[in-house]
Amino acid sequence: MPSYKAPVEDMMFLLRDVFRSDAVFAEMPAQTDTDCDTIESVLEEAGRFCSEILYPLNMTGDIEGCRLENGKVITPKGFAEAYKVFSEAGWGGLSASPDYGGQGLPRTVQILVDEMLSASNLSFGLFPGLTRGACETIEAHATEDLKNLYLPKMIAGIWTGAMALTESNAGSDLGLLKTSAKPRDDGSFTVTGTKIFISSGDHDMAENVIHLVLARLPDAPAGTKGISLFLCPKFLVSEEGTPGAPNNISVGALEHKMGIHAQPTCVMNYDGCQGWLVGAPHRGLAAMFTMMNAERLFVGVQGLGVADASYQTAVTYARERLQGRTPGATVTSPIIDHPDVRRMLLSMRAFTEAGRALTLFTALEMDREKFHPDPEIRRAATGLVALLTPVIKAALTDFGFEATVLGQQVLGGHGYIREWGQEQVVRDARIAMIYEGTNGIQAQDLVLRKLTLDDGQPVVRLFGLIRKTLDEAEPVPALASVRHAVQNALAHLESVTKRLTSGDLSSAEERNAAAVDYLRLFALTCFGWLWLRMAHAQTEAGISENGNKPAGKLATAQFFADRILPQTASLAVQIGAGSASVMAPDAGQF
Amino acid sequence: MKTILVPVKMVLDANVRPRVRADETGVDLTGMRLSINPFCEIAVEEAVRLKEAGHAEDIVVVSIGPAKAQDTLRQALAMGADRALHIQTDDSPEPLAIAKLLRAVVEQEKPDLVILGKQAVDDDCNQTGQMLASLLDWPQATFASAVSVDGDRLRVTREIDAGLQILSLPLPAVVTTDLRLNEPRHCALPNIMKARKKPLTITSPSDYGVDTTRRLTILSVRPPAGRKAGIRVSSAAELVGDLRQAGVL
Repeated sequence: MPSYKAPVEDMMFLLRDVFRSDAVFAEMPAQTDTDCDTIESVLEEAGRFCSEILYPLNMTGDIEGCRLENGKVITPKGFAEAYKVFSEAGWGGLSASPDYGGQGLPRTVQILVDEMLSASNLSFGLFPGLTRGACETIEAHATEDLKNLYLPKMIAGIWTGAMALTESNAGSDLGLLKTSAKPRDDGSFTVTGTKIFISSGDHDMAENVIHLVLARLPDAPAGTKGISLFLCPKFLVSEEGTPGAPNNISVGALEHKMGIHAQPTCVMNYDGCQGWLVGAPHRGLAAMFTMMNAERLFVGVQGLGVADASYQTAVTYARERLQGRTPGATVTSPIIDHPDVRRMLLSMRAFTEAGRALTLFTALEMDREKFHPDPEIRRAATGLVALLTPVIKAALTDFGFEATVLGQQVLGGHGYIREWGQEQVVRDARIAMIYEGTNGIQAQDLVLRKLTLDDGQPVVRLFGLIRKTLDEAEPVPALASVRHAVQNALAHLESVTKRLTSGDLSSAEERNAAAVDYLRLFALTCFGWLWLRMAHAQTEAGISENGNKPAGKLATAQFFADRILPQTASLAVQIGAGSASVMAPDAGQF
Repeated sequence: MKTILVPVKMVLDANVRPRVRADETGVDLTGMRLSINPFCEIAVEEAVRLKEAGHAEDIVVVSIGPAKAQDTLRQALAMGADRALHIQTDDSPEPLAIAKLLRAVVEQEKPDLVILGKQAVDDDCNQTGQMLASLLDWPQATFASAVSVDGDRLRVTREIDAGLQILSLPLPAVVTTDLRLNEPRHCALPNIMKARKKPLTITSPSDYGVDTTRRLTILSVRPPAGRKAGIRVSSAAELVGDLRQAGVL
């Protein structure tokens, strides 16, 4: 039967042996206590919670789904109880500020726990994930009064958060949104409008829902420069922090979706509800974007988590399922012995481990950005995070979805029926490619903005880090062939990057047409780089290649280098072909 | 009761498939996932519940083993124990040596109750609790499936072959836990963080004058023999005949 076990050994291998996180955190005064032993005990317990409490609710939640009764959303059986246990155990406050009751652990630890939440129950994980996003926005931009009134209860999980951005006519282009906010005499505002696709918009798991709503003030300029951010609670909160009267916020409908059925995605009506301004007038989008990097990292990790859950089930099944004989076998073989099944399993693993490594690399940079005392190091970290955020969001959810399809394929017909949970994972994985900025938008962000950010310094810096790993691996004969493959991939990436930034592909139309393929080329090269680092670290740490976890890095690195990384060559050719054939047919010919 | 002492052991994680060392001297633990023995975890949980119910003030956990055993102690502290004692040794002492060490700890800490797992899942000895009770000349109740405080006595339900047996013991006493005594809690994150800062004292067996030299010699440790191929019989009579010949019928 399907089961999920958090890959704590692999996570700790990355922290201890690949990224040496003890030394990284030792440089940050607020994080000197965050040693690997502490992180491991946190991850062990988080993993236990996810396997034992959240994973068993994943399939039942999918089957039952959320429902709307008399204007109230009812979540599937067991969710409210699990959320209570989750909150009382303090998991919602893991990386939250200690000033408001959080534990103040770094993003690096948060993102690993987010992976476990996503793997065990994506629908559930969105509740604390969105609450955290709302808390970070409030903490960065709201007044002291609002922070003191709302943050402690949100961090404790007693109230949850929702982010209300999208409207029926304003999706990727938020500049088109129409929701209005009119000032009241007491300094608050009256917010009116309808939002769609609001995750955790309403539910029965907590006593209040705090909506962060994008709206326009009466004097707002048109477009994205005229959007402000408002905090609108479902129930108005007294000065003592007790929820009281309803605030004219109602659920218009529950969206019927392909996946994440246990997550209430709502149409929300704000019918003249009372709201409070968060941040400066007309600067709402900027306020929202302060937490966008973190949210996009979180969504990327959702793709990674579901892929790992699918992988674990596929491996279990492939070991048990007896079909056909491999050459030379005298009895029926477990399908894990068949080369094609191994290809699928290794493709999944090669992605999840490299994806996790890229996530951790970026999360450590986010922690440097927030906690490091040296402004130069903080600045460099900001650049790398900005560069890698769209790559992680899009690549981890694209490859993550592809991995869940492979995980379904390994099970054949049993992957298509409900019993093993593989079809649910495929459906659930799909949303992460779409929300929080579609993957197409992410690719545009990478190519149009991030490559040229700070005169291109971040990308130069990243390529430098890849080259450093190549140099360090040079004296190790066992790494020679992986190293060679990564070197080739980097050459393709550098050449295409040059053409996109200053060469024959640098027009807006060429870059737009190349973006998605370029992001994939970028991500594959990063994965190759990190596989080389992991294989090298395993050799240096003296971890046996054939032992228990975290073993087998060299073989998987070799598989990635032999069977996946060559895609960088064809991607370079595709991109090099330019936009001509994309733009040739006119719109009427479609 | 004032103090409860809970001895805990670190073992190969119950979910890991054990592998025998190539030289057949024992199970290979290098790089393997190690965890608190499940019966010991139940003992810690029971002690914490007794404290939460107001029956005890102070829970001391003790582990005898290599440096890594401190992870086990930290977990017990995160569950709610107050203090930890690590008697550090890379030998793996036999139950009698462990019991002698625990007697010394009891003399130091003067607990009203020692509660420990009925056995460890690595060697399945099921001896330490009984030996400790004998050495201390304290009453004992093994294989506990329910524990309650009854005035100044302890009421313990034991799982025995014929059913359940209920004992009433004066304190101080030794209790060993069975699987169904309780279900250990999920640790809260703030408690995991606090556990890092709770007191943990490190000593060694020689501090208690206990000789931990092993008295038994392990000749060899081998994995179970692999399953042999079966044979096909042509009739039920032949099957019965073969089974008779094999002495199983």
